[in-house]
Amino acid sequence: MTGNYAIEARGLRKAFGDLTVLDSVDLRVESGTMLGVLGPNGAGKTTCVRILSTLLGADGGTATIAGHDVMKEPRAVRRVIGLTGQDTAVDELLTGEENLVMMGQLYRLGRSASQKRAVELLDQFGLTDAARRPVKTYSGGMRRRLDLAVSLINSPPVLFLDEPTTGLDPTSRMAMWETIRRLMAAGTTVLLTTQYLEEADQLADRVAVIDGGRVVAEGTADELKRKVGSERVELTFGEADLARARALFDGEHVGMQTLSMPIEGPSDVRDLLNRAASQNLDVKGFALHEPTLDDVFRTLTGAGPRTGATTAADTDGAATGAGAAVGAGATTGETA
Amino acid sequence: MNQAVAPKARPEFVLAAGDCLVLIRRSLRHLTRNMDEVIQSVVLPIMLLLLFRYLFGGAIQTGGPSYVNYVIAGVLVVSIAFSASATAVGVANDLQNGIVERFRTMPMFSSAMLVGHVVSAVLRNVLAVTLVVLVGLLVGFRPSASLGDWLVACGLLLLFITAISWLATLLGLLAGGVEAASGYAMILVFFPYASSALVPSESMPSVLRAFVENQPFTPIVNAVRGLLIGTPTGNSVWLSVVWWVPVLVLTMAFTVRYFRRHTGK
Repeated sequence: MTGNYAIEARGLRKAFGDLTVLDSVDLRVESGTMLGVLGPNGAGKTTCVRILSTLLGADGGTATIAGHDVMKEPRAVRRVIGLTGQDTAVDELLTGEENLVMMGQLYRLGRSASQKRAVELLDQFGLTDAARRPVKTYSGGMRRRLDLAVSLINSPPVLFLDEPTTGLDPTSRMAMWETIRRLMAAGTTVLLTTQYLEEADQLADRVAVIDGGRVVAEGTADELKRKVGSERVELTFGEADLARARALFDGEHVGMQTLSMPIEGPSDVRDLLNRAASQNLDVKGFALHEPTLDDVFRTLTGAGPRTGATTAADTDGAATGAGAAVGAGATTGETA
Repeated sequence: MNQAVAPKARPEFVLAAGDCLVLIRRSLRHLTRNMDEVIQSVVLPIMLLLLFRYLFGGAIQTGGPSYVNYVIAGVLVVSIAFSASATAVGVANDLQNGIVERFRTMPMFSSAMLVGHVVSAVLRNVLAVTLVVLVGLLVGFRPSASLGDWLVACGLLLLFITAISWLATLLGLLAGGVEAASGYAMILVFFPYASSALVPSESMPSVLRAFVENQPFTPIVNAVRGLLIGTPTGNSVWLSVVWWVPVLVLTMAFTVRYFRRHTGK
């Protein structure tokens, strides 16, 4: 076991028949931090979580959770993890409280300790009023909260959250984020998979972008954003001026009459506007565009960049190239 | 870093038995919350009994006992086979719902879930069997069994119910979903129909008769019938044991093994 990593995977491989789902995945999560695993549907996120939580055997590679090998010591691993998957895994016919107590007993906490912990969790998740109602009467948000509460019944030091907010309305999603932040504050190590870039940006200490069974980028959200491109300014011109503006600015055509140009600082903005003014170009609109994880995601996973960012084309040339066709001939932000 | 709550130190088999109890309680709660299922599993057998007693009763010659006395053992066995469907659906439902996935990420005795399903299925069947016998008594069933005969008959039925319940659990695991589970389990209903449950095998064409007389549902029907109303049991009691004990043991072993090896979905 190496130092401080609560979750460590090296070279994980998994294929289902001819379909390679994981092609040598490396992941590390330091104790007490959260890694956001970001990727499109079918990227291998869930397969990864299933291997790390002992649900699925890997074809190759190794993984340890809190120092325990997931393949060789699954029981030891199961004692220290909690998993909230994409489907709510609670019993619909039992009440919320019965679910929690049952799971506590299956963790062998004993009846009274399970009962006590259940009451705590119901309170913490705002489910006390619904505690004696069958789960089938719960709303989607309540179900997810209960599902997460159940995953915490044994106070696991390592938690896997597999798309915990997929299908939730915005209010429930915010509430779930708050809950997750509180867990983080209590020192839980979390591996969170998501397709929502904002979710990873909001919650995770580090982000791994996974696509086609490989980790294609890893770092803090800011590092990844910087990797994809600099800040950009978007100028919208009058219809009559567009052609001249395109000749003048080496920008990417991102909207009807809008060009997008990379900038390095405020002086570049002054420069651009001065050049426009000197040519009597009518600037009708102005917007600053910060690189988002959205850009990172689109670029790295080949979903096609929205603005520029062909710089990462080397990771996935063909797909990115196709996606960037809108901005033909555009130059884009430089990366370090 | 917070620590996982440590489990109490006890021998593994005690913990495993505890897990079974927890999940048996869960399955029993399902029975009490899912009254539709209970009503179906009780009403259907009684309807079958009344149907055969009054609709076909006059037309079928048993060559001895009155039809209601003849058919009661058959109705019991058909009902038990029918109930396999509900059991298989319950198991498939758990798999589909994702709760099995959760159980698998927990340091528990995973087969406890199967035990829970089987125990509740057995209890559901015992309830149905008891009610069929009671209603039978109201519509003309007159058993001649001694206490010993009753005990042997109950023992055989319990063996049969348990074996069918494990078989149904296995079908629920193998089926790809709830509908498929229900469909596969219905295949089990075919066997008691093609047995001596409802009509004497002597009345059947020779090919069918050969099948009927050598398939495992016939001895259990003949044994229970003989014990209850005094028709000759021949070797059907021990044939029932010879058929159904291995079915029970092998199905149970295979089901547990299959469940351990294969992930929930």
